[in-house]
Amino acid sequence: MQVSKDKQWEMLRTLLLARSFEDALVELCKVQGKIPGMMILCTGQEAVGSGVCAALSPEDVILTNHRSHSHLLAKGADPRTLMAEIYGKATGCNRGKSGTLHLAVPEVNAPCTTTVVGGGLPLAVGFAFAQMYRQERTVTVCFFGDGAADEGSFHEALNLASLWKLPVIFVCENNLYAGAQRYEEHTRVQNVADRAGAYAMPGEIVDGNDALAVYEATRRARERALGGLGPTLIECKTYRCRGHGESDPQHYQPREEIQMWTEKCPLPRLHGEMLAQGLITPQELEALQAEVDRLVQDAVRFAEESPYPEPHEALEDVLVAS
Amino acid sequence: MQQLGMGQAVNQALREEMQRDSRVFIAGEGVGVSIHDSPMLPTAGLLGEFGPGRVKDTPVSEAAIAGLAVGAAAAGLRPVVEIMFNPFFTLASDMIVNHAAKLRYLSGGKSTFPLVIRMKSGAGFGAGCQHSHNLEAWVAHCPGLKVIMPSTPADAKGLLKAAIRDEDPVIFIEDMMLYFAPGPVPEEPYLIPIGKAEVKREGSDVTVVTWSKMLGVAMQAAAQLAEEGIDVEVVDLRTLVPLDKETILQSTRKTGRLVVLHEASRTGGFAGEICAVVMEEAFGSMKAPFRRVTGPDIPVPASPPLERFYIPDATKLVAAVKEIV
Ligand SMILES: Cc1ncc(C[n+]2csc(CCOP(=O)(O)OP(=O)(O)O)c2C)c(N)n1
Repeated sequence: MQVSKDKQWEMLRTLLLARSFEDALVELCKVQGKIPGMMILCTGQEAVGSGVCAALSPEDVILTNHRSHSHLLAKGADPRTLMAEIYGKATGCNRGKSGTLHLAVPEVNAPCTTTVVGGGLPLAVGFAFAQMYRQERTVTVCFFGDGAADEGSFHEALNLASLWKLPVIFVCENNLYAGAQRYEEHTRVQNVADRAGAYAMPGEIVDGNDALAVYEATRRARERALGGLGPTLIECKTYRCRGHGESDPQHYQPREEIQMWTEKCPLPRLHGEMLAQGLITPQELEALQAEVDRLVQDAVRFAEESPYPEPHEALEDVLVAS
Repeated sequence: MQQLGMGQAVNQALREEMQRDSRVFIAGEGVGVSIHDSPMLPTAGLLGEFGPGRVKDTPVSEAAIAGLAVGAAAAGLRPVVEIMFNPFFTLASDMIVNHAAKLRYLSGGKSTFPLVIRMKSGAGFGAGCQHSHNLEAWVAHCPGLKVIMPSTPADAKGLLKAAIRDEDPVIFIEDMMLYFAPGPVPEEPYLIPIGKAEVKREGSDVTVVTWSKMLGVAMQAAAQLAEEGIDVEVVDLRTLVPLDKETILQSTRKTGRLVVLHEASRTGGFAGEICAVVMEEAFGSMKAPFRRVTGPDIPVPASPPLERFYIPDATKLVAAVKEIV
């Protein structure tokens, strides 16, 4: 089935936005030294967030992890409040409590972001249970890395979601590395998707650099979940083109491997096909790029001009009532 | 004397013990090949020296890492495993709290668990509360574990070597900010006994009991207070369990005043334990109410001004001392 032109535009826009947003972060943290904390980017993996979120409704829930920027932007999070949070400013989406690692945006149904590897999977069980309990026509997506599949939480969550046929889509972003450990150094299971069989759910492997393929797989999994057939595990094969974080010199990643995957970049992959099929013109592509760049510049300006929180605000938000 | 960061001091301890005792091995996420290619880090270079049989990179699987240590220790090896950050202790906690700490007791004293679990702790690097959370009071509350939190590179080296040779499970908590604060470390081999506090500064007016990174804050405050004629004695606990009550009591009996300083949040923090010990055993010598200077009862926030607000500093300690002197 041909993916509609509108959907393709939507995916292209979020791909370009995520890349532009993170390129700005590289400059801000590495060159200008303006951003505190760790800086964990998804350069080269953006098609996962874009493809998955394009297949979701606004009411569907996503849970993400330490590598969240593209997921959140694709779900519709405001780049201004994300950027401000990354700076640690009072106008940030989490009022400076989170910083870059746990950006949560409940306004777009990205309510909990955890940097505890594997932490999102059991949470997803809870969200999906609530969706089923209330008989909503919605699903929960949990993004996680290949490394997270080695945590006990992965196995407990898949088993329970399968047992109760919960409307979850487990989206593994297999970027070939968990920290400095290459995939085959942390597991002997050939594909993360193979593990789905252990929990009697489908495990689908897709080209994670192909936004359209990710979109299609997510759409199918969503139909399945809404049809009461339970969870699906989708493994998106992709690659972490930058270090684990920006302080990682990538000394353990072969240069040729990085080069090879850089050539498979998901951005030209999508707009190349769209140009070839006449779904977008070069002028329109240029205009779209300019539009997302403006959004990012505006987000940076917003973050720069925003005040830091007052120190005593640290005491707020612990409990609803204390 | 050589000047080393705490990570480098830990590295020397690991290297010396691995050279000395072939039963010692290390395991953890990135202890061999790390995302940080830095000589300041505790396990730098060990893979090259000892090989993949003794330097084991593991999957992201904290329960298995801790279980590996418990089982291998009972089987006669000397595991030194790393849980990358203190908050991830929760994922390993079943193996540590229910197993490492209890199995010897359950065996009627027949089994031993000579293992070390190293973890990074501390606020100050802007990562937020899922990376920065000082949980020493949690582990100290579990009978069956020893708990060490060194404050200087030299102490870290001597204490880690002692921990590796110890017959019991030891939780060894390193404040990551100390990796980048070089200090003198003796060249020749030495051990520092577990369970011995050290008076890092002698004084007569008030005792400040502290540990780990907060030692620096205590010394800074003591220097400031000295200028105002207040003479502070700083007791560095170094080991939380077993607690060196003698040194604490000796100091507090002398000064008659106590302030406890730690970075961890307040409620249920280990300062309460120190205060209770002094209350029970030295009440008659005390001249003023005790004070605690701690992190507030909040998770560690990420934003720089909020994180600075969290971490106790010399100003807060000076104010607390002046309240009771
Ligand atoms: C429970 C836990 N253990 C360790 C870490 C440290 N850590 C952060 S990301 C990471 C690697 C995760 O790899 P993967 O799940 O493949 O995700 P990726 O970083 O490749 O996106 C590790 C070990 C953590 N955050 N949480």
